[in-house]
Amino acid sequence: MKKNRIFNTITLLSASVIVFIVLAALLFTGIIDEYNGQLLTLAGIYIIVSLSLNLITGFTGQLSLGQAGFMSIGAYSSAIAMMNFHLPLVVSIIIGGLVTAVFGLLIGFPTLRLRGDYLAITTLGFGEIIRVIMVNLETYTGGAAGLKGIPSFSDTGDFLKDSIIKFSWVYVFVIITIVIVNNLINSSPGRAIVSIREDEIAANSMGINVSYYKIFSFTMSAFLAGIGGALYAVYFGYLNPVMFWFLTSVNFVVIVVLGGMGSITGTILAGVGFTYIQEWLRFFKDFRLVIFGLALIIVMLFWPRGLMGTNEFSIVKFVRKYIRKEHEGGSSKPSKIKGVK
Amino acid sequence: MFKAKALSLLVVFVMVVSLFAGCNGGGNEIKIGAIQPISGQVSAYGTQTRDAIQMAVDEINAAGGVNGKKIKLIVEDDEANPEKTVNAFKKLATQDKVVGIVGALTSKCSLSITKEAQQRKILMISPSSTNDTVTSAGEFIFRACYNDSFQGQVVAKFAQETLKAKNAAILFDNTNDYSKGLRDNFKKKFEELGGKVVVEESYATNDKDFNAQLTKIKGTNPDVLFIPDYYSTVSLIAKQVKSQGINAPMLGADGWDEITNNAGDEVIGSYYSNHYSPDAKDADVQNFVKKYQEKYKIVPNALAALGYDATYVLVEAIKRAGSTDPVKVQAEMMKTDKKYVTGQIKFDPATRNPVKSAVMVKVEKGADGKLTAGYAGTVNP
Repeated sequence: MKKNRIFNTITLLSASVIVFIVLAALLFTGIIDEYNGQLLTLAGIYIIVSLSLNLITGFTGQLSLGQAGFMSIGAYSSAIAMMNFHLPLVVSIIIGGLVTAVFGLLIGFPTLRLRGDYLAITTLGFGEIIRVIMVNLETYTGGAAGLKGIPSFSDTGDFLKDSIIKFSWVYVFVIITIVIVNNLINSSPGRAIVSIREDEIAANSMGINVSYYKIFSFTMSAFLAGIGGALYAVYFGYLNPVMFWFLTSVNFVVIVVLGGMGSITGTILAGVGFTYIQEWLRFFKDFRLVIFGLALIIVMLFWPRGLMGTNEFSIVKFVRKYIRKEHEGGSSKPSKIKGVK
Repeated sequence: MFKAKALSLLVVFVMVVSLFAGCNGGGNEIKIGAIQPISGQVSAYGTQTRDAIQMAVDEINAAGGVNGKKIKLIVEDDEANPEKTVNAFKKLATQDKVVGIVGALTSKCSLSITKEAQQRKILMISPSSTNDTVTSAGEFIFRACYNDSFQGQVVAKFAQETLKAKNAAILFDNTNDYSKGLRDNFKKKFEELGGKVVVEESYATNDKDFNAQLTKIKGTNPDVLFIPDYYSTVSLIAKQVKSQGINAPMLGADGWDEITNNAGDEVIGSYYSNHYSPDAKDADVQNFVKKYQEKYKIVPNALAALGYDATYVLVEAIKRAGSTDPVKVQAEMMKTDKKYVTGQIKFDPATRNPVKSAVMVKVEKGADGKLTAGYAGTVNP
């Protein structure tokens, strides 16, 4: 078992480093230009927030329409930590996550009594309340005019260097988020969370503390969304409550559903796709959003359970299969990949 | 089977898209970008402004272009969302490599890109972002309209000098920066000129009932009532003002543009400041309105006129500079001093805000029974 774990960690670590080196090299040589680099970084932030939503919606089975609200708390609190208290970047980002987690804990309580559509409406209301508060807390948030001058990840004036540094920051946080969510889901608390999604009553009768795990999942999700929000704030350097209105929350729900509820790889795929396709379609001019909507409909028609369903693509499994094949001379036909381990 | 088909469909789709995206123009043109909200909440403004910019570019190209080159306009949609504005800006700046950008329309979108435009030395001229801080990012950021603080002063000056008002009442939206900024500046100027603001009442965006505030206002019997908000809210307020029996004339700012299509007879006799009046007898204005109407079949609003002017200011600076070197063009932009559709434009060297006159218009009933905004005077800075 221990040998397995070391092997898995090494494979995953090297895979993420290889992906990073390839992307950074592409950025550096200009094969991925700055515009696409921006989209890639933005997609990273979208992935973080969508993964956090997937934790609530996909794995715990509680529909939330307030993820943008969590995101904005993280964004504003980290911006304020940096601008008013002059805290270092990393500390501010973590503060953004922690402050949001406190709110996640608070919003977690109503979820004990509410389910499905009712919970969705509650979280929707929560998101709107947060937005209105941000508009009115003018001294700290800049109000409706927005908050300007948030320090950036890197502001050297060398745009290529800046864009690579910004991308690296977000990439590191994406990897951390994936690791957190993946390890959580495959741990004992994670199994408990999934069992709540499958059948709350059954889970309860099996001795699982449903209330505890629901609140736990909300707090965890809020924390990650807060981190995503903090990165968003630092990345753009400008915040406006309009950026976090309810359609932003809907965007994250779209990403999660598109990728497959309860699939980490699905969310990653959909997060990248969602960000890119909207921008690629710019050449359609006025019909851009029509085509985009059409694309969503087509995906949902062909893949009603999302791109990945509840399946995962596992790098570890892939590598293992490859190694086994080498040993056995490629006799076994690769079966359908399912589950992480 | 289905999956395979769908997948191949997707691949073909992506390939076609990238094929088109790969098309690039030759070197014999000057690229100018426009960032406007073609979709989203204020798309009605965005599409009119885009059309006006396009019209200006077409005219310039028909007249032989600039320095022997044609102007190529690349329009990007910002959905009135700051995040999308940054994406659009990045595309224009790094893929299309534009010389200058006409945009964005709303202040929040402009504010999200001013810092980077300044760093990248891309000339940015916003046709209509009135927030005071938009141009403070640096010397490459301009605007074609006056800012909120000037506008509040204009209305105050007009109320005192033309309407001879002594007591003013203000009803404003305290959750909206535009409304609040106008309130502050109106009050300051009005009191400076010797008048008195007798009552100030506020509400929140999307409020529907204003009777409580209006009852208080009525008790003070003001000479004028200043309502700095957008036309949709103003049309609601105006009805309740009249049903309360308040007869003081109502005053507004450029957010009232389009009020004549959105309110009833209760707004007759109100005044508001605007960037231009399509009724003004001025030859430039009439010429612009005629051309626009011929091409797009509607009377252009103030934002369209500003978009048109902003494009000309930018292109003429490029022409005078004789090159697309941003520093040279910037120097020429600063030398702008010419009469355009929305009035004389000359940039204040410190703030790059145009020092220009504002038009006051009066809402009247036209011969055909429809409301029109008639020209009521020009207020100079």
